[in-house]
Amino acid sequence: MVKFETKTAVDFTVIGGGGAGSVVAKELSTAGFRVVVLEQGPYLHEDSFRHDELKFRDWYDPPFIGQETLTNVHALQPNTFRKDETQKAELAPMIIYGRCVGGGTVHFTANYWRFHEIDFVERTRWGPISGAALSDWPITYAELEPYYAKAEEDLGVSGQAGASPFDPPRSKPYPLPPLPIKSSGVLFERGARKLGWHPFPAPMAILSQPYRGRPKCQHCGYCEWFGCEWRAKSSALATVIPMAESSGRCEIRANSYARRISTDKRGLVNGVLYFDAQKREQFQRTKAVVLCANGAETPRLLLLSESEQFPQGLANSSGMVGKHLMVDLSSAAFGTFEHPLNEYKGVQVSRVLHDFYDSDPKRGFFGGGGLDGRFDFYPMGFALNALPPDTPRWGEGFKQSLRRNFNRTMMVLSHTTALPVPSNSISLDPEVKDAWGLPAVRVTYKCHPDDFQNLNFFRDRALELVEAAGAVKTWAPPVEDTTNAVHLLGTCRMGDDPRASVVDKYHRAHDVPNLFIVDGSSFVTSGRNQPTCTIQALAYRAADNMARMAKQGAIPASV
Amino acid sequence: MGTHDTSRRRFLIGSTSGISAVWIRLQWPAILAAQEHARRAGEQGRSMAFEFFTLEQAREIEAMTAQIIPSDDAPGAREAHAVYFIDRALVTFERDKQRSYTRGLEDLHRKTLELFPRVQRFSELGSEDQVRLLRAIENSDFFEIVRVHTIMGFLSNPEYGGNSDQMGWKLIGFEESHSHEPPFGYYDAEYKKPSGDPT
Repeated sequence: MVKFETKTAVDFTVIGGGGAGSVVAKELSTAGFRVVVLEQGPYLHEDSFRHDELKFRDWYDPPFIGQETLTNVHALQPNTFRKDETQKAELAPMIIYGRCVGGGTVHFTANYWRFHEIDFVERTRWGPISGAALSDWPITYAELEPYYAKAEEDLGVSGQAGASPFDPPRSKPYPLPPLPIKSSGVLFERGARKLGWHPFPAPMAILSQPYRGRPKCQHCGYCEWFGCEWRAKSSALATVIPMAESSGRCEIRANSYARRISTDKRGLVNGVLYFDAQKREQFQRTKAVVLCANGAETPRLLLLSESEQFPQGLANSSGMVGKHLMVDLSSAAFGTFEHPLNEYKGVQVSRVLHDFYDSDPKRGFFGGGGLDGRFDFYPMGFALNALPPDTPRWGEGFKQSLRRNFNRTMMVLSHTTALPVPSNSISLDPEVKDAWGLPAVRVTYKCHPDDFQNLNFFRDRALELVEAAGAVKTWAPPVEDTTNAVHLLGTCRMGDDPRASVVDKYHRAHDVPNLFIVDGSSFVTSGRNQPTCTIQALAYRAADNMARMAKQGAIPASV
Repeated sequence: MGTHDTSRRRFLIGSTSGISAVWIRLQWPAILAAQEHARRAGEQGRSMAFEFFTLEQAREIEAMTAQIIPSDDAPGAREAHAVYFIDRALVTFERDKQRSYTRGLEDLHRKTLELFPRVQRFSELGSEDQVRLLRAIENSDFFEIVRVHTIMGFLSNPEYGGNSDQMGWKLIGFEESHSHEPPFGYYDAEYKKPSGDPT
């Protein structure tokens, strides 16, 4: 494997080796550029991905045990949380992201469907919304479509083109057919069709057939929260990381925690200061930086990189760095059935529907989303969190319910819009520090009233669906303000106006011509969540443009 | 490598259609190493000495776990060795809960004397009286910690000392494997594709 010296400037330093950064590293290194990837987490391989719920499942609910093997470690990197800017933020394990080479794509469920055309133009369609900064994206679906196709083909995605009447146009079919339907998918389909809705096979970044030297899914069931020991999940670790390394021009430098992006007198980026595994400071010289650290760590690093020249933080003349945080919002309904579903086998999701994807003025609020049929639980998590609400907490009745229901339960989960609210944000906590002495991430978040209405709308649809599917018992947890933040979006939004956005339509920072920012932070709106497919399509597009600009000499360097 | 691993390997190779032989040769040493590690850890977990609890404390906690997941026609937390899971957790990843247990056990003792003055220990009470006592403390932090730990000790990987012989998993119908074959359940086994649907 190639190793670069820190004192010689590489062409690009990518900060964050997750879903976006790995794609950028692969595209730039195979295009001929020298690339260093600084990843704060470890470089794990398939032999460490074990079926161990206690060790790998992130136990944020209840927060008893967090061994946090693949995700960020709150004991080392605490967060604080407040609902609005008038409150003092308190310690809370709010944000969850992948912290290893491959990032969140290592442990994700692998739902992998594209955004629709409407997602990019909702301000034009809907008009302004009080309390939200709803804006159009500076790019359209059509501009992103070739890169969606590229991502699906490069990584390996299973699905069925045209199966949903609401799907956006596509230039190519999925490279792989859908995965086998599960009992939850059959029941989901049964209920949905009865209601006149349009279920379709879930697009998943998991191989239904052998693909490019990787085996097909073996249906072990350990997708969500776990790394795939078979390499059948199309994580960045199993796909673009090895491609980047075999270019001979990309060094993946794990256990490297960036603390500051450094700039010269002209305001150009010239290097990245980071802690190595021994907590020693290192300085990697570079001609350009691509920041892909996720929607929380990206704005945090920009704020940590303040200087005389950039007093509000790097790339933050607009004041928009950290603003408009959008997180994964969902509501759900559960059903138990007469016969065993054995949902613990196979990938989590096999059927989805998008009948309520678009906002509809008739509903009286902004918002849309989708529903999927799934089972998100492993034995312990099920016993602690997913038994019917009338189950006793202990004793005979508890045991009977556990025994009866583990294999007879499914859920219908919604994935819905989160409006971009300016005061929902990532900022630096003024008091709390992490184990390296850096200010902790402070999360400020409160759902917009329309988001609540939308979540309740989808909760009701989910309940209708499990009832129509013939469940013997149904229930739906009440919609509440979110107590954790995953799918971190919107905190360095893209736009044409440098006063109202952080990056331009090519992901270049408005303020710094050799700094690019590509990850969930670029999102202008949330879509209907499940953002990984769009994050990676954006990364392919951004890298394509970076390579073109670099070849044209259009990225100024500091040396 | 033990016979367990060899048979597992044969089973897996026989059932993993779609995997190239080359891939298996490259990948298996790593996967088998991980399994071997788990197996050894599991054997260590069957050691019967307590590291945190005194024997007396262990009896009290075990009696609590046996009320949280009781034994009936199927094994409960007692047979699954949940108390061994808790003991090991308290000297490893749950070290910061040691005080909760020490204090909780003192409170349990006090409560036992208060409700049943003739009896010294919770574990000496009859089952109905144990339930009565636990009802009186079921909203305490201590009870909740023991409840969660009991469930974990019943359903976590056996290498952590509980879920002995996979008793918890067997009860709920969970089969741990690196590979399953569809159909998985009743409804997908009888599934008929909608007409015109090629999937």
